[in-house]
Amino acid sequence: MSVATSAVLTAAPVNLNHPGHYVHWGAIQISVANLVVIALMVVIFVLALLLPFPGSRHHS
Amino acid sequence: MTVEAPVPVEPSTGWTGALRRRVVRDLPPDELLPDKQPVYVASWIYVFGVLTLAALLVVLVSGGILAIRGPQWWHVSSTGHFVNSLHLWSVEMFMAFMVIHLWAKFFMAAWRGKRAMTWVTGALSFLASIGAAFTGYLVQSNLDAQWISTQAKDGLNSVGIGAYFNVLDFGQMLMWHIVLLPLVMGAIIGVHVLQVRRRGVVPPFGAETMEETAPEVPRQVTR
Repeated sequence: MSVATSAVLTAAPVNLNHPGHYVHWGAIQISVANLVVIALMVVIFVLALLLPFPGSRHHS
Repeated sequence: MTVEAPVPVEPSTGWTGALRRRVVRDLPPDELLPDKQPVYVASWIYVFGVLTLAALLVVLVSGGILAIRGPQWWHVSSTGHFVNSLHLWSVEMFMAFMVIHLWAKFFMAAWRGKRAMTWVTGALSFLASIGAAFTGYLVQSNLDAQWISTQAKDGLNSVGIGAYFNVLDFGQMLMWHIVLLPLVMGAIIGVHVLQVRRRGVVPPFGAETMEETAPEVPRQVTR
């Protein structure tokens, strides 16, 4: 496997070779990466509340 | 033939006997690994505690492999990169699952029903985990670690803990990361899990009346 092919295979799906992006909201400053992670956690939290648990309908 | 009556055994008055009786009373062996749970536990929101423990297991195993093979391995070889990344991403999962678990238990007011120590040990394990993750960033042995340590040193020195927690001292931070903080975390999380077994999983609002008005009803209502 050539070095170039290896580099392509191991490259991050998102180009990380630049300074991070940040959002500013008054006194709040947070990187876009951290904001995305927090949003994903909130989505998982809401889904865990709403999605039915397997087998739970069989029990009273 | 005469049969002698068994001599009644006096309960031990030593500290070992007292401790044994208390442990058996508070943590009955048949409730430590239950195969049944209350019916309200059949929800995805109750899964995040054990997901946190599963992620922690991966953290410990991958960290153990890194400790055996050393930084020249994890910085250079492809297998080392993989295990190094496994350690990082299992920590990411551990922290994410733990925070979702925290959100769920906060909105359930999970300290109800004499579960204050369960909540307190959970909060302490969260704090210890932050320390363990922080020292992990400090011992990456790369520019990121140097940057984080120089950013953190003034704040930590200003609160007077610089002698025992010197973020510029790689050896000390490594020992905090792989010895002291894992010991603290293991002890606190162990007590936390035992508290969950002792008091049971917190019921949803409205379902706790059964516990309060009918204490003779078994805590582990089967589903």
